[in-house]
Amino acid sequence: MAPVLQSSQPWVEKYRPKQVKDVAHQDEVVRVLTNTLETANCPHMLFYGPPGTGKTTTALAIAHQLFGPELYKSRVLELNASDDRGINVVRTKIKDFAAVAVGSGQRQGGYPCPPFKIIILDEADSMTEDAQNALRRTMETYSKVTRFFFICNYISRIIEPLASRCAKFRFKPLSEEIMSSRILHICDQEGLNLDSEALSTLSSISQGDLRRAITYLQGAARLFGSSICSKDLISVSGVIPQEVVDALYAACKSGNFDLANKEVNTVIAEGYPVSQMLSQLFDVVVEADDIPDEQKARICKCLAEADKRLVDGADEYLQLLDVASNSMRALCNMPQEFSFES
Amino acid sequence: MLWVDKYRPKTLDQAMVHQDIALNLKKLVAEQDCPHLLFYGPSGSGKKTLIMALLRQIFGPSAEKVKVENRNWKIDAGNRTIDLELTTLSSTNHVELSPSDVGFQDRYIVQEIIKEMAKNRPIDTKGKKGYKVLVLNEVDKLSREAQHSLRRTMEKYSASCRLILCCNSSSKVTEAIRSRCLNIRINAPSEEQIIKVLEFIGKKEGLQLPSGFAARIAEKSNRSLRRAILSFETCRVQQYPFTSKQAIPPMDWEEYISEIATDIMKEQSPKRLFQVRGKVYELLVNCIPPEIVLKRLLHELLKKLDAELKHEVCHWAAYYEHRMRLGQKAIFHIEAFVAKFMSIYKAFLIATFG
Ligand SMILES: Nc1ncnc2c1ncn2[C@@H]1O[C@H](COP(=O)(O)OP(=O)(O)OP(=O)(O)O)[C@@H](O)[C@H]1O
Ligand SMILES: Nc1ncnc2c1ncn2[C@@H]1O[C@H](COP(=O)(O)OP(=O)(O)OP(=O)(O)O)[C@@H](O)[C@H]1O
Ligand SMILES: [Mg+2]
Ligand SMILES: [Mg+2]
Repeated sequence: MAPVLQSSQPWVEKYRPKQVKDVAHQDEVVRVLTNTLETANCPHMLFYGPPGTGKTTTALAIAHQLFGPELYKSRVLELNASDDRGINVVRTKIKDFAAVAVGSGQRQGGYPCPPFKIIILDEADSMTEDAQNALRRTMETYSKVTRFFFICNYISRIIEPLASRCAKFRFKPLSEEIMSSRILHICDQEGLNLDSEALSTLSSISQGDLRRAITYLQGAARLFGSSICSKDLISVSGVIPQEVVDALYAACKSGNFDLANKEVNTVIAEGYPVSQMLSQLFDVVVEADDIPDEQKARICKCLAEADKRLVDGADEYLQLLDVASNSMRALCNMPQEFSFES
Repeated sequence: MLWVDKYRPKTLDQAMVHQDIALNLKKLVAEQDCPHLLFYGPSGSGKKTLIMALLRQIFGPSAEKVKVENRNWKIDAGNRTIDLELTTLSSTNHVELSPSDVGFQDRYIVQEIIKEMAKNRPIDTKGKKGYKVLVLNEVDKLSREAQHSLRRTMEKYSASCRLILCCNSSSKVTEAIRSRCLNIRINAPSEEQIIKVLEFIGKKEGLQLPSGFAARIAEKSNRSLRRAILSFETCRVQQYPFTSKQAIPPMDWEEYISEIATDIMKEQSPKRLFQVRGKVYELLVNCIPPEIVLKRLLHELLKKLDAELKHEVCHWAAYYEHRMRLGQKAIFHIEAFVAKFMSIYKAFLIATFG
């Protein structure tokens, strides 16, 4: 492949830390891996946590720092959900890769170069249970000469026998302070001006996901120039304007079904994602101080139901209408039971 | 050529709606480092038009020289080979496809094509973009697996291949994918904007529009620009010169569903259910998507019902549409909804009128 020009990469890639020590907020794993760099040894690893918190970054960084650019290709195998063509392929790939012997562990060109190979299985939670089971054997067979790095969002989807063979590290959502300092660093490099309100908006709308924060920042910078305010960030982030959420909520409170239906239609025509609407409605309902807990509970129940159905692929309009109808019945103390059901 | 195609703006500068977004898109691609993009919004709102104009902005007129191909992929999946076939649209710098058309094996296509594109990366010479663009349509219909498998690939090949994703409902696109893109919401144009476009087309075609005529078409379009332009052309074919009283013809299938609604309001019986089943079949055979049928039916029923029944009926519509997604045969669930409605409505009639 032709050499990649720095300038043609999106900022998320451009600002991906190259060294483990630059990974922010994940102190425990950084400490352990820094140690690894000295002792040139490490256990199998399992990184888990929400998107955009540095899992892939950390795994790639340590691999590069252990082997350097020369040996990287022969010592590190990166597999992810996209390469997963069923367990047979994975197994063959790993076997072929692990079977070629590595020399004794000698430092080369300033890199520790320990006598093992690293296999990074990114997005391991999308592997089937069968595939994971088959991997157990493979891990054992090659345990002397390989270290596995599993990466996933949901640790519950990794089978226990695999998880228990690894040192587990949870990647935490980034705190607002850390997020702010990374963002300020990028602003500095790119010559952007971010006022303090914008900075705190960006940290809070990205909810601990630094990738998201960087993408929003780049979007806003390209669209609105080098001085960025809070409004610009909200408009690229897909957050629904509060007026829209309030209008729907007010329609539910009014007890007028047709009015609520009209608001629901507007939300759909404006293209707002219904999943986002549900989470913002949730905030409104939970924070409202003029409605009793029982009503809140009833509304939350229907929000949960709709959320699940959306994940199943149900229609956005029908689900939001159902939520509006349920909320209306809760808020206006209409009977919750249907009268004509047989 | 249909008017919808004839009057589709070719460049970002020509956009008649979403001008602000068009302007922004121009700024976005002025630099080399544009992120992946996700366009979402209701049907007929103008997503595709903007995407095509954007490609032209990036690559110049060559982006319009597309060839349509039926491509075959042979994918080695360990112990067997999978054969897949899909229509692609491509120019020298971009490829467009709807991977969900191959069903649950969509992820193979997605992977194969991205790797292929990354391999023949264009050289980053002056005045040329150092990347190719892959346009994926209907990403909300991609299987979970395909969406998962996009995650790392989007990062790995981001220098050589930019993705433009397009869909109706972004709720169905996983968080992980959304977090890797700049999300661009394309809302349905307002009625005023639609009127403006219709008047523009009328002028270009040299037509006389009675006052309020464009407004009536816009009102019936449900804020879909495509639909408005289509029915404008239909009116033109049916009767010209236009008269101010001229009817705006509804879509056949909508009229049909309106009949179904009347049928089941009139009589609730197994016999009627049987007749309705035939009509629903007819709609499905004519490729009206089942969720559209169900939504339209609900729409018609809501127009006719008492307030207290509306809640109940919308609840069941949401319930059965969800079941339809999980199941295999759409007809079962639509029919179940109709039966449920009949039973509710009958109970209501008895309670009210004895
Ligand atoms: N802890 C961190 N320190 C510094 N940068 C980070 C950190 N976490 C994320 N980033 C930034 O976000 C981008 C994405 O991070 P990364 O690919 O490591 O996420 P991930 O945890 O693997 O997410 P996913 O689960 O979605 O794959 C990186 O390119 C980097 O710019
Ligand atoms: N910006 C615009 N200015 C003028 N006319 C437009 C514009 N955008 C779209 N149109 C008209 O509206 C029609 C429908 O737009 P388009 O095909 O882009 O919709 P879409 O959002 O891709 O819909 P779907 O989701 O159903 O595929 C086009 O054929 C074109 O004639
Ligand atoms: Mg990752
Ligand atoms: Mg389209």
